[in-house]
Amino acid sequence: MRSPLFRLIGQRIAIGIILLWAVSGLIFTGTQILPGDVAQAILGQQATKDSLAAVRIELGLNKPAIVRYGEWLEGAVQGDFGRSYVNQDDIATAIGHRLGNTLFLAFWAAVISVPLALLLGMLSVLYRDTLLDRILSIVTLSTVSLPEFFSGYLLIYIFGVQLRWFPASALIYNGMGIWDRLYAIALPCATLVLVIVGYMMRMTRAAILNVMSSAYVETAELKGLSKFRIIWRHALPNAVAPIIQVIALNLAYLVVGVVVVEVIFVYPGMGQYMVDSVAKRDVPVVQACGLIFAAVYIVLNLVADVAAILANPRLRHPR
Amino acid sequence: MSDIPNVLTPSGLKRRSLLGGAAAFGLAVPFAGALGRARAADATPVKGGNLKIGMSGGQSSDSLDPALLTNYAPTLFNYCWGETLINVGLDGTPQPNLAESWTSSKDAKIWTLKIRKGVTFHNGQTLTADDCVKTLQRHMDPKTKSGALGVLGGIASVATDGDAMVITLSGANADLPLLVTDYHLVVQPGGGIDKPTAGIGTGPYKVGNVQPGVRYSGTKYAGYWNSELGHVDSVDVIVMNDDTARSAALQSGQVHIINQVDPKIVSFMKRNPRVVIETVAGRGQNIFNMFCDTGPFKNNDVRMALKLAMDREQLTKQIMLGYASIGNDFPINKAYPLFPSDIPQRTCDPDQAKFFYKKSGNTDPIVLRSAEVAFSGAVDAATLFQQQAQKAGIPVQVVREPDDGYWSNVWNKKPFSASYWGGRATQDQMYSTAYLSKADWNDTHFFHPEFDTMLLQARGELDTAKRAEMYHDMGMLVRDQGGSLLPFFNDFIDARSSTVMGWVTDANGPLSNYQAPLRVWLKA
Repeated sequence: MRSPLFRLIGQRIAIGIILLWAVSGLIFTGTQILPGDVAQAILGQQATKDSLAAVRIELGLNKPAIVRYGEWLEGAVQGDFGRSYVNQDDIATAIGHRLGNTLFLAFWAAVISVPLALLLGMLSVLYRDTLLDRILSIVTLSTVSLPEFFSGYLLIYIFGVQLRWFPASALIYNGMGIWDRLYAIALPCATLVLVIVGYMMRMTRAAILNVMSSAYVETAELKGLSKFRIIWRHALPNAVAPIIQVIALNLAYLVVGVVVVEVIFVYPGMGQYMVDSVAKRDVPVVQACGLIFAAVYIVLNLVADVAAILANPRLRHPR
Repeated sequence: MSDIPNVLTPSGLKRRSLLGGAAAFGLAVPFAGALGRARAADATPVKGGNLKIGMSGGQSSDSLDPALLTNYAPTLFNYCWGETLINVGLDGTPQPNLAESWTSSKDAKIWTLKIRKGVTFHNGQTLTADDCVKTLQRHMDPKTKSGALGVLGGIASVATDGDAMVITLSGANADLPLLVTDYHLVVQPGGGIDKPTAGIGTGPYKVGNVQPGVRYSGTKYAGYWNSELGHVDSVDVIVMNDDTARSAALQSGQVHIINQVDPKIVSFMKRNPRVVIETVAGRGQNIFNMFCDTGPFKNNDVRMALKLAMDREQLTKQIMLGYASIGNDFPINKAYPLFPSDIPQRTCDPDQAKFFYKKSGNTDPIVLRSAEVAFSGAVDAATLFQQQAQKAGIPVQVVREPDDGYWSNVWNKKPFSASYWGGRATQDQMYSTAYLSKADWNDTHFFHPEFDTMLLQARGELDTAKRAEMYHDMGMLVRDQGGSLLPFFNDFIDARSSTVMGWVTDANGPLSNYQAPLRVWLKA
């Protein structure tokens, strides 16, 4: 009974690795076919033939692309992303700080929004078609529809500028205490929660309702179980797979898609770092960011798949 | 200086404005005179507090090495920890700083700068003339990446002479003291040759926690020599490239000072009693360039007709919302020392314009190329000018060019296009960069031997009155024969909290010419 489960999980992991490898190829090719020569971009108008050649050799650009790809991949697998073209900093170290900040924000947004979404989803099923359900539906629809920059600016205006309860910009720096950090990220965290909680809540509601129409729920109803107990013990476990999927997608968004939030709240995370580097044509940094984003996406999807398989025995035996 | 404007930073600043504007706008420090201009009631500085400045213009790729400065935020922080030999005063004249006095030979070729005594670096070392010499040498090295290389191009050699340094030029230049005010040239121990990014200087604040593109912090250096500057205990420069984030941070009290306020929100911010808007007319200019050697513009009557057809007041009001000062078709305004203020202001005169246009005999439509990257509002400005020219019967056709590649494909390539200049520290620098016949960036193709001679003469002229007269004549030449159609000079618009005291209005650059953290104090 156990071996097919492990084989399935192993398969998913293998697919994930192949996918990541394919993405690495795409990223490398993409940054190679960008218009303009890297050496020229670094030296600008001061470039002479000799200095261009010198920079190319220094950066290893004289080697064929496939060799450079191999070297890059070899380093990346070992966690070495090389050095920034612009300021010669070690990219892995620089990304370490940035990724830490992005994950910190993502973590707290997830800690708040996942339970909140599940709770609200169950509530709206419990009070289906009542006023509460409708209010929840309207509110989440509108928060989901508002672009982050709008809800972000709205929160800044109300809670930062008018009420002065929270800082308008989320300034984080090394050596800051945890409570100061949490206070600083209050508004961007709230913005992210507003964006994702709606998706997850509506998905939870739909998934549970889908299960509610099945025969075993009817049986449970006939047994005289309370509505809450039916949802909690019988419907939710069976609806867990699609819910996990949507949660994983939203968690990936929290890491990969927060560029706008990071910019408007001046939050020093990965998104800002990548935007800066694109502007300066700092190719190795862009490649490293791209690869990390892809990895986060693939790993979270993998986890979601595996979790769904574990949660629902029926998925272990695909027909 | 080969800082052709082809790089766009996230804050929308082109390199030329930074290098041009800032390189040259350079520096200043308020000695007694500056403080005298602060409001009388706020005249006694209060010591202490943590000053926070939210700034656009900073990236994670920035460096502490003064030679590599291009962005606003690190440039401002550069002045917190480092000092130049000489500063630009509020009136544009050189003021003593690390060099307490200077003299030149009669031919303005050999300059001797006396280095101040009793100044220490943050590492405890005493400032010597040797440090100053090595600093200049580092930036003069042809292999350097320093943005000051071009400024120092006329220097043949530097050497120490006891407690002084001697600068020998290859050609006469009366403006030498102003050249060494360039913001890249902060003096570092040993010239910063070994450790250019160490952040060790003689400034009022020691470098603390630094994360490029995020935050720069400094704390008061106890051994600082100048008691008139550096009033707060600590300074935080926080990079906020997003316009809205920056203004919200100021309005919410999170920061005390911000730069680059969008003219569109100035009136909105003024409603907040805790916010004070600080504007000053700078030397940066928005401009339409005509090639004096190409097409219809070869004929000075066409150029004159277009100049007379332009309604500068209307353009300033509608495009810059009033945050600009009117231009007069030569690249100098009253922010420059020796500004020829008696040159009459050109006004819109459709009848005269019509006359000159008829006289030129030109009938083809005049093609004006514009793009938003040329300057904010450039496309609207071109369209508005098209309507103004119509009143004089001049058919102008506006072509909107893509932002991408504008600086490489249109600017200085097409005969009539929108552009801008960040200004320079001196008239000589401005003219040498863009109006001298052999200048790399002669973007109006103004080839005028008489003008060239006058420029070189004025450069070596030590008699101020004579020099002013030469600059007057040069201004007239460019105004009446040049290819610059120059509607306005931009204002710097900064904003501060009402708790920030001692603000000095300084036209040399934004944020009180980057000296705000040195000059202001916080209300107790």
